[in-house]
Order: sequence, then C-alpha cells, then structure tokens
Amino acid sequence: MIYRETGQFKTTYASDQQLFPILQDRIFVIAFLVFAFGAVPFIATDYLFRAILTPFLILSLAAIGLNILVGYCGQLSLGTGGFMAVGAYAAYNLAIRLPSLNLLVVFVLAGLCSTVVGALFGIPSLRIKGFYLAVTTLAAQFFLDWAFARVGWFTNYSSSGSVSAPPLLFFGHVIEGPVEKYLFVLSIVCVLALVAKNLTRGAIGRSWMAMRDMDVAAEVIGIRPLYAKLTAFAVSSFFVGIAGALWAFIYLGAWEPLAFDVNRSFELLFMIIIGGLGSIVGSFLGAAFIVILPLALNQFPTALGIPISTATISEIELMVFGALIVFFLIAEPRGLARLWAIGKEKLRLWPFPH
Amino acid sequence: MSASRRNLAAFFALLAVGAVMPMLAGQARFPQWLEIVLGGLMSGVLYSLVALGLVLIFKASGVFNFAQGAMVLFAALSLVRMMEKMPFAVALALTLAIMVALAWLVERLVLRPLVNQDGIVLFMATLGVAYFLDGFGQIVWGNDVYTLDVGMPKEPKIILEKMFEGGILVNTEDLIAALIAAILVAALALFFQKTSTGRALRAVADDHQAAQSVGIPLNRIWVIVWSVAGLVALVAGVVWGSKLGVQFSLQQVALKALPVVILGGFTSIPGAIVGGLLIGLGEKLSEVYLGPSFGGGIENWFAYVLALVFLLFRPEGLFGERHIDRV
Repeated sequence: MIYRETGQFKTTYASDQQLFPILQDRIFVIAFLVFAFGAVPFIATDYLFRAILTPFLILSLAAIGLNILVGYCGQLSLGTGGFMAVGAYAAYNLAIRLPSLNLLVVFVLAGLCSTVVGALFGIPSLRIKGFYLAVTTLAAQFFLDWAFARVGWFTNYSSSGSVSAPPLLFFGHVIEGPVEKYLFVLSIVCVLALVAKNLTRGAIGRSWMAMRDMDVAAEVIGIRPLYAKLTAFAVSSFFVGIAGALWAFIYLGAWEPLAFDVNRSFELLFMIIIGGLGSIVGSFLGAAFIVILPLALNQFPTALGIPISTATISEIELMVFGALIVFFLIAEPRGLARLWAIGKEKLRLWPFPH
Repeated sequence: MSASRRNLAAFFALLAVGAVMPMLAGQARFPQWLEIVLGGLMSGVLYSLVALGLVLIFKASGVFNFAQGAMVLFAALSLVRMMEKMPFAVALALTLAIMVALAWLVERLVLRPLVNQDGIVLFMATLGVAYFLDGFGQIVWGNDVYTLDVGMPKEPKIILEKMFEGGILVNTEDLIAALIAAILVAALALFFQKTSTGRALRAVADDHQAAQSVGIPLNRIWVIVWSVAGLVALVAGVVWGSKLGVQFSLQQVALKALPVVILGGFTSIPGAIVGGLLIGLGEKLSEVYLGPSFGGGIENWFAYVLALVFLLFRPEGLFGERHIDRV
C-alpha cells in the first residue's frame, strides 16, 4: 500500500535506467541522507560516533571494495587486510613527506597506490582459479604484513614500529572531534558508494558478473578475462585502500601493522557473507552487523548482571560469530541484502496477499 | 616434452640450484647444509600432517576445510586437559571419540543443510566452524599454554659422527614425528586401497552422483571422512602440541598447511606429503641463507610466495587433477 508504484510511468530511457526508479525509494534515500547529515550530528553521543558510526562507515567502504571482487567478480580474496595496510601506509608516507598536500588528495593517492599493488597481486588470478587463488591472496596478506613490519622506510624508521597520523588538515581546517570526523567519513563513503553502485550497474560491472558466473562462457561472448579480472582487483583495491587510510587516520590515529592482519581480512569476508554477496546495500548491512554484534555481546551479560571475564566474552564472541555464519549460510545464503529485498517486496503488496 | 612439462622441469631445476647454491658458494660446509636440509624436511613432514587432513576432506566432499587448524587445536586441547585426570591411553581414546562426535555434528548441522551449495559457501561455513571451535575449545578447556608430554625424547642427537667432523645434529622429536607421519600415511593408504569403506570413499571422491547411484550412502561417507580428518588432526595436535606447547597459536599451523596443499594439489595425498617436504625445505633454507639479506622473518610469507610462483607454472598443483573447463 505505502510502497506502491502504480501510476509511476517511465516515459524516457533515462527514467527507466535511473538509480532509484521508484518514487518512494528516492524519498526514502533522500530522507535518510538528510537524517544522516543533518540530524545525527546533533542527536548522537560521542560514544556513538567513536565506537559505532565511524568504524561502521569505514568498514562498509572496505566491505564494498571486497564485495566488488568477491561478490561481483567471483575472485575469492583473503588479502583485504594487506590492501588496507597499503592504503594506510601510503597515506602516512604521503602526509609525512609532502605535508602541504590536501587530505583528500592524500587519500585518493593512497587509494591509487593500493590499486597498483592490488592489480599486481591480481595477475595470478588469470591463471589460478578458485581456492588456489584464495590461498595465493594470502601470500599478498603475509608479504605485506611482513613488509610493513620490517622495512623501515614505510614507517619512517619509527623505532617501535607503530606510527601515528599527522593532523588532518583539510582546506586549512584541522578536522577534530568525533562529529567532524563522522561527517568527513560519511561524505567520502556516500560518494564512493554511489560510484560503486554505478560501476556495478554499468558495462564493467556486467563483465565482472559474467566472469563470476562462468569465466569460459564470458570469454566466448567477448569479455576479455585479463581486463575484467584486473579491473575488478584494481577497483576493489582502490576502495579497500581508501578505507584503510581512513581507518588508520580517522579511526585509529596511531597504529601498527597488526591492525591490518589476516583477522581483518576474515572479518571483512564475514561482513560480505552476512550482508550478501554481490550487493552494495548488503555491504552496509553486513558491516553494521559485525560492528554492533561484539558491542551487544559485551553489553548483554553486564545488563543481566552476570559477571563474566573479558577473556570469556571474547571466546563467546568467537562462538557466536562462527555459529551465526553457519546459520546465515544455511538460512539465507544471499545474506541480509536478500532479507531486505524480501521485506521490500512484502511491503509492495501489503496489506493484500497478492 | 610439452611446454608445461618444460616449465615444471625448469621450476624444479631452479629450486634445486637454489637449494644447493649456498653450499657451492662456499657459504656453508656440507654437514651444516645437510643439517638444515634434514631439519627442513622434518618440519615439512609436520606440515604434511595438517595438509593431509585438508586433502582427505577435499577429496571426498569437495569442501575446502578451513577448520582443520581449529580441529588440531581442539584435539590437542582436549587431550592435554583430559590427561590431567586420566591415563594417556584413556584420554587418547576419549579424544578420538570426541573427534568422531564432532565429525558427526558437522555433517548433521553444517554439511547436510548446505548440500548442493557452491564451494565458496561451504568454505565459508568451515570458516564459521573454525571460529566456533576456537571459542568453544577455549571455554571448555581453558585458554592457557599447556605442555603436552607424551614421553617423546627431547634431547637432540648427533649422528654420522664417523663420516663428518662433529657429526650432524638431529632433533629426536622430529625424527619420531616423521616416523609417526609415515606410519599414518601408510595406514591411510592401506585403508583407502584395501577396505571396502576406503573404496567407497574413493568412489565418492571420483563422482558424487555415480557413487550415490550404486548405493553408497553419501552422508555416512562424509562422517567417516571427517572422522578420519579428526584422527589426523589429533595426531598432528599431539606432535605439534608436544613440540610447541598446546596454545591458541597452534591453529596458525593450519595457515602453514595451505601453501602445502596448493603446491601438492588439493586432491592428492602424495601431493600433501611431497608439498610438505618441499615447503619445509624451502622455508628452512630460505630462512638461513636468504633471511639475513631480507631483514629476517621471511618464513611467514616465503612458503606462500613459493607456492604462488609454482602455481603460475602449474595451476592445479603438483599432483592435482588437471582442470578442463567446458561451456
């Protein structure tokens, strides 16, 4: 009833191809953005910004990047943490060595560095497929971990191996405080999510999906595997690299290579499985789920008044994580995004059964 | 000789040159070099033990079982905690029972509902199982570092004293571990070749549908395979646990087994053994001779890069089945 398309006619190709063809969707998205930009900064607490909103947005961006590679192009990657690290350390080195550079330029260049490294490690995908490829992406992860821990130049010869981000200078203004950081991240994530959505709707996204569904058939109908796979690796690494730079500069502030280890890669993989493979909305939903779950699990026993040690909580967290992943795969292999789509479909018909 | 054969030969020639190089270059004396080679081969055997479990499950059910490392940790933890209360033999039997129960549960709760799903979905499900087992094992059995003492001699031994001056230092523990691994592989080979269950397992590995159509119960086969993998995990857990102590980092051993399986090929038991030996050897030699010029710590990624380079020559691994794509 509420969500009804009756009377919305599409009279031009442009209106048929637009991002949100249904009026209610457009209203919802605009209202949501207005709320996120206009209302949230006034009503949310510092804790909410620091512990939930900012990490959620940054990890969503990384999840979008990984989803492009795994969900859209079908190339299983376990090296996301390494590519995030490339973005983070590239941004650090650019900011340290060229202090006059605008922060946005730093982030874009960091993303480009990550793109180059990602495309480089994507080259084996032309010959190696499936699980063999997944394991070789671990090579990228471990090699990059080692490089950032051992090669002094990357960390500017910091003796402890940990580095801290310089002040976030943005057009002569230093970004400080949780609200400003939140707005900065939100703007970047919105723009990049729009880019990702349109890329996956376009010719290049279709060639990725053809590669995923059956690479030999895709090659037969004229899609170049070299081009399709390497662009997927490159675009994916660009997103992941920027997410890594944001994670390091905005969320962590000071970090060491351990912040981007193989567990980060798995965490991102879980986000896109639970959120839904091959879906931009799913990346957001999955990231929200994985960010909020540990916090909720932490609060739960304290709220009930049961004293549990932090070690036990982290172990319960592992168990719940594992069980939830298996549960999601069995109940809905296409993730939260599928549930979202089903919900929308139900809303279209409600209150009528057909 | 086909082009891929030639590439393969070139790869091995390079590897051999790389392995012998330090000695020829006068960096090392022969006994010292031999010592390193032996050490590498023996740690390779240990990698093979974990890789074997992975290969068994992949062969029979097409599942890339990421939980193998977690199973190793879980088995070792169960054994070490139960040994505090009962004799070794009883604890071993009980742990084995637990691993069989675990196999049954995994088949019932994870594999059966996911039948006919993509390989990637099944792989991620085993990731979930791995997380669950890590948490569960530590809650039930505790999260300290436990020493597992099954009576393996720890002192190193000096052999071939007559041939070389000073002899060669060999770790007895590694020697016994290699022996255990050899016995295990022989037993598995017998089981697969000579028993009717083993034959059924091979039939399932060959073709699920054909096996089912001649009356082989798939579900039971999966339970058996996961149980065997559990047994292999237990053996690996005992060997690794008594070497490094039973602790959380033990499950990292599984990450070391991954390059081994891709080097050897996912579907080949001999591949797991040979791959393990190659990786162990390459890792040790590179650590000793290449490590200093890289700044050390390269053993974390060297095995992966070695496997990656190898896959570029032969994408299905050393003994893996050649993959033919049809549209």
